[in-house]
Amino acid sequence: MSDRSNQKPETGAFFQRDRAWHAPALTPGYKTSVLRSPQKALLSLDGTISEITGPVFGHSILGDLDNDLIHNFAKNGESAIGERIIVHGRVLDERGKPVPGALLEFWQANAGGRYRHKKETYLAPLDPNFGGCGRTITGEDGSYRFRTVKPGPYPWPNGVNDWRPAHIHFSVFGHGFAQRLITQMYFEGDPMIWKCPIVTTIPDRSAIEQLIAPLDWANTIPMDARAYKFDIVLRGRRSTLFENRMEGN
Amino acid sequence: MVQDLGYLKESPSQTAGPYVHIGCTPNFAGITGVYSEDLGTSMVNDKTLGERITVRGRVIDGAGAPLKDALVEIWQADAAGLYNSPSELRGTADPNFTGWGRCPTSADEGIFTFETVKPGRAPYKDGRKMAPHITFWIVARGINIGLHTRMYFADEPEANAEDPLLARIEHRHRVATLVAPRKGSIYTFDIYLQGEKETVFLDI
Ligand SMILES: [Fe+3]
Repeated sequence: MSDRSNQKPETGAFFQRDRAWHAPALTPGYKTSVLRSPQKALLSLDGTISEITGPVFGHSILGDLDNDLIHNFAKNGESAIGERIIVHGRVLDERGKPVPGALLEFWQANAGGRYRHKKETYLAPLDPNFGGCGRTITGEDGSYRFRTVKPGPYPWPNGVNDWRPAHIHFSVFGHGFAQRLITQMYFEGDPMIWKCPIVTTIPDRSAIEQLIAPLDWANTIPMDARAYKFDIVLRGRRSTLFENRMEGN
Repeated sequence: MVQDLGYLKESPSQTAGPYVHIGCTPNFAGITGVYSEDLGTSMVNDKTLGERITVRGRVIDGAGAPLKDALVEIWQADAAGLYNSPSELRGTADPNFTGWGRCPTSADEGIFTFETVKPGRAPYKDGRKMAPHITFWIVARGINIGLHTRMYFADEPEANAEDPLLARIEHRHRVATLVAPRKGSIYTFDIYLQGEKETVFLDI
């Protein structure tokens, strides 16, 4: 593993997580949560060195096409079918500071809403040129970008007629293991967002809106691909200036 | 009015869903040729210092069934108690040990397995020593926000007895949910999401 940035590493503990901003563990509208949600109170702990540290992923792990889902699984000279889009944005922390060197992994269904997975039962066809996974590492300013096709919505067994809105899953690795986050990105203007039992596990409407990427007309590439902008915020870190010093020292 | 602190809100978590393996361990999911190897598959090499151990277990739901679609990540100190991270300022960790592992639970029995080394002791915030431990993070379909917990080692009774985190567990019988028994070089750590044996999960 190599250096993530030229910046001096930070060693503060992370801001307490605002659990009311996130979905609670038990959300019966999303049925799978019923048997998979812890029922006892979490044990609260100010971060120790075990949580304020985290692994680093160097750019050396990345292949040339890792951030291009249109081509990274396609046969030579071919490409995935669907609406071509660029997804870009920044990874910041709660202080508004960019998070450089963050590993982003993303996965999604194809343009017809079908995942390349053996447990997938939706009758929409596989695209032989679409795998559905990609990854990248943020730059010094916390920015990232990748190219893909817009995923289709898909039905899923929960209620009799539940559908997922078009979405891209994101796994985010910041600088400390306590920042570890998996979330999903939705697309501006999709009326299905508000009908989805997984989206609505999040109680606060403005929290949900934080996951909806606007169409970024300015960054659309003419005659090629539209752009969506999706910023991701990880937990902030306290300054260590006055921490862990005995009085008088 | 006062000045605005200007803080942002953390992006809300969403479940990893049933297809987390497509994104995080595509080779395991049968999507080959995109990445040469799934990240976090190997933590050690033949030069890694310390005692080799295997950590294995299951993630068990409220009906007693092991999850076969979970993804488990671990993060730990090396044999000397140092983390392989830029935020580790006490020294330089073993360069032959990543400290980080990622493993999907198996499709047949729901078992995760890590080949690693036994970690050394790292300090708590006040300078006391923590007992050797491994930090766990669990995501799966039906889990809305990743679950943090820790595994401790049953063959470290003295260190465990003075561990600051274990000492904070109010209901003492629940301490056992974080302590993995040892057989040979294998530690077994079953994680219970609910019920009598519910694992102590952490808000860190
Ligand atoms: Fe999905």
